[in-house]
Amino acid sequence: MTDIAATAPIHADHAHDDHDHKPGFFVRWFMSTNHKDIGTLYLIFAIIAGIVGGVLSGMMRLELAEPGIQYLQGWAQFMGGAGDEVAGKHFWNVMITAHGLIMVFFMVMPAMIGGFGNWFVPLMIGAPDMAFPRMNNVSFWLTAVAFVMLVGSMFVPGGSGNGAGTGWTVYAPLSTSGSAGPAVDMAIFSLHLAGAASILGAINFITTIFNMRAPGMTLHKMPLFVWSVLVTAFLLLLALPVLAAAITMLITDRNFGTTFYDATGGGDPVLYQHLFWFFGHPEVYIMILPGFGIVSQIISTFSRKPVFGYLGMAYAMVAIGVVGFIVWAHHMFTVGMSVNLKMYFTAATMVIAVPTGIKIFSWIATMWGGSISFKTPMVWAIGFIFMFTVGGVTGVVLANGGVDTALHDTYYVVAHFHYVLSLGAVFSLFAGFYYWFPKMSGRMYSEVLGQLHFWIFFIGVNVLFFPQHFLGQQGMPRRYPDYAEAYAYWHLISSYGYAIMAVGMVFFFVNVIYSLVAGKKAVDNPWGEGATTLEWTLSSPPPFHQFNELPRIA
Amino acid sequence: MKSLKTLVIAAALSLGAVGAGHAQAPAEAPAATASATPAPATDAATQAAADAAAPAGDATYVPMKPAPGVGQPVDAGINFQTQESPIGEQAYWFSHVVLLPIITVISLFVLGLLLWVIVRYRAKANPVPSKTTHNTFIEIIWTAIPVLILAVIAVPSIRLLAAQYEPPKKDALTIKVTGYQWYWGYAYPDQGIGEYVSKMLTEEQAKASGEPYHLAVDNRMVVPVGQQVKLIITGADVIHSFAVPALWTKMDAVPGRANETTFTVNKPGVYYGQCSELCGVDHGYMPIAVEALPMDKWKAWVRSKGGNPDGAEAAAPAAAQPVPEGPIAAVRTTAPAETPDTAAGDAPAASPATTN
Repeated sequence: MTDIAATAPIHADHAHDDHDHKPGFFVRWFMSTNHKDIGTLYLIFAIIAGIVGGVLSGMMRLELAEPGIQYLQGWAQFMGGAGDEVAGKHFWNVMITAHGLIMVFFMVMPAMIGGFGNWFVPLMIGAPDMAFPRMNNVSFWLTAVAFVMLVGSMFVPGGSGNGAGTGWTVYAPLSTSGSAGPAVDMAIFSLHLAGAASILGAINFITTIFNMRAPGMTLHKMPLFVWSVLVTAFLLLLALPVLAAAITMLITDRNFGTTFYDATGGGDPVLYQHLFWFFGHPEVYIMILPGFGIVSQIISTFSRKPVFGYLGMAYAMVAIGVVGFIVWAHHMFTVGMSVNLKMYFTAATMVIAVPTGIKIFSWIATMWGGSISFKTPMVWAIGFIFMFTVGGVTGVVLANGGVDTALHDTYYVVAHFHYVLSLGAVFSLFAGFYYWFPKMSGRMYSEVLGQLHFWIFFIGVNVLFFPQHFLGQQGMPRRYPDYAEAYAYWHLISSYGYAIMAVGMVFFFVNVIYSLVAGKKAVDNPWGEGATTLEWTLSSPPPFHQFNELPRIA
Repeated sequence: MKSLKTLVIAAALSLGAVGAGHAQAPAEAPAATASATPAPATDAATQAAADAAAPAGDATYVPMKPAPGVGQPVDAGINFQTQESPIGEQAYWFSHVVLLPIITVISLFVLGLLLWVIVRYRAKANPVPSKTTHNTFIEIIWTAIPVLILAVIAVPSIRLLAAQYEPPKKDALTIKVTGYQWYWGYAYPDQGIGEYVSKMLTEEQAKASGEPYHLAVDNRMVVPVGQQVKLIITGADVIHSFAVPALWTKMDAVPGRANETTFTVNKPGVYYGQCSELCGVDHGYMPIAVEALPMDKWKAWVRSKGGNPDGAEAAAPAAAQPVPEGPIAAVRTTAPAETPDTAAGDAPAASPATTN
């Protein structure tokens, strides 16, 4: 422990004397080795990417508000492509692809793991920094370059128009023989870079959590957020290399004449789907597990009670992580698989509901008997629990291979994964943001604006996504720019929901700007006795380097 | 192909005036109208003449007009489309009698617990928090009960899967389905009908034929009511997915693979579907239309396509011998109650050889 603690100041040699001495602007923000600065960079990056991804979804909801194609051709032209019908429809596919990839790889993951993980894992385990501070910096900048690559791909030819129109799953052969031009190559390289960044980050977190815990902090005393990041890091480490291999074979199929996914050369397009979803299903837990951790901290803090069933909570996450690796083919139930395989994946998938149920009930039991104050982070966390439950039970429906036959690739699936992500992961992100904002910025956010943000956003996303269950049951397929007249009613309602949600986001941005400029100074621990983790023992914001003397955990 | 398209449009145009009353009995409507409308009748007559074997009365094929609310989405609908196949009925029962109540109760239960703790344990009502952190009994309960619920769900779920994967019967009608960018190709190898192409109608054409735009096609897949249909599905370029919501059918069309799925349609009608795997620019514009006809009308359609409706039986008389009316008998045993007054195949008794 002691030698690791000593390395941090050596890396930042300017900090030998004064531990709060900060380097100049460029060195501090572009060559950072400080976990809190890198965390801040990740959060700013995630907000920017979230705005891009959110604007894309707004454009999609605008186009879908009524039947027919109203805007696509104009947008395609605006983006530098041709203004004809084909280019317009292609731009639709580009938007769904970009929205999915940006929200997954450049919004949720950087915010959860890069942002909150970087900021609070070292603080919570009583470490001075991450184990590999320079690798931490490389992780961030690779992610940033990956994002530039992906956005750039929207401006180069990708087959029928500019950009990669393959869907975020990049299924072969649409992504190989089906999409000429450099756009798909750029998108794939973007995924390579983002994946490499995540693998480096995962190595960093695992090393940090295993080796740099303060004396006395055993694994079973770690805060649940640290547990969640640890499990997530293992999922990243095991899943992303498979994605890298799968998309590398896409690159060689596209450019070097291999036929991994081409039946005419002895390959199989379904191989790609197996590889992709072997990564893709753990990926959805990568996005939600840190959210579980954040929600656990917040529920405990604002109930002024320790987490109920701590060990059950920690090992439920481990169980979700493990089982998450053996259920992937439920994403491809209609691909033509044997009945035994389908029965297995149906059963295995439903098993995940058990540890998830343990978590839901443990959160409620944590609140049970507590003394609950409904500050903004808490209302987001409670909203998370209910919305995640709704998304979870539709997951149980979809897990049944026989029922999935009708719902596969319909809006029901879209509604399901937006309930667990847009209302699950994103709710936990906002909860964490408000919870830690005073610690990170040293200023309090506006409680009124925070509550308004929650309620408007909550109503908006429910109006936005709940009707999509109806559309899916009626048979509305995913990834359609246009639809039969009968679907118009719920599509319009759904688009109204987006508008409500967008109004809620205005309150968020106003709140952030107002609080950073004029917010009340935050005390070390604004949340009172319920906040027991180590970050609340430090000043707000924490010193540039903390825990030069390691805290001892009783 | 063109003449058939003209036929489709003309017949549908004339049908547009028939009104809702006829939609209740769509099977009867086309035949009646076709003979009353000069243009298609001439066309049909030529085709009928070409096939001398055609019995009088069912010699013509005129595309059926879809009935509102059958085989297509309904305005502002929230539920599944009405299921018109035995598998669809079983799956709908599982989904709406087993799953929907369970997930609703679970969601409301969690909501109720949340509301209770919000009210009961708010800081004002409960200023001093308890320090309880464990309760082994309740933790076992909330692990065991979900396991039990899942076990209850698993039984009908596995049963449904088994039913969906039941091997097709010997007399099943085989149709080869090929997904192209961006249309479908259908072939009936046993009837000698080579692949024909099915494309989406333009908005004007769909309006003219009284069908929903985005769903209507020029050449439908036509199947006999009650007879099991076996689809052999493949993709020609990229992956597509053949889907018909009202028949609880969806199967990917993967290049290099021949996927098999089956369905049996309960009653005559037009059942629409749409491509369900992202396949490029016109992914949203390659719909599917399955038209189910009574056996004699289906045979007329086969003849109109230049095929031999008894091809399968002629080619394999041994298979058909034990039950002369094999295909139809099979139909009746699959769904006897659903098609009480279809013209074809009122087989007096179900053959034991063809029961499920």
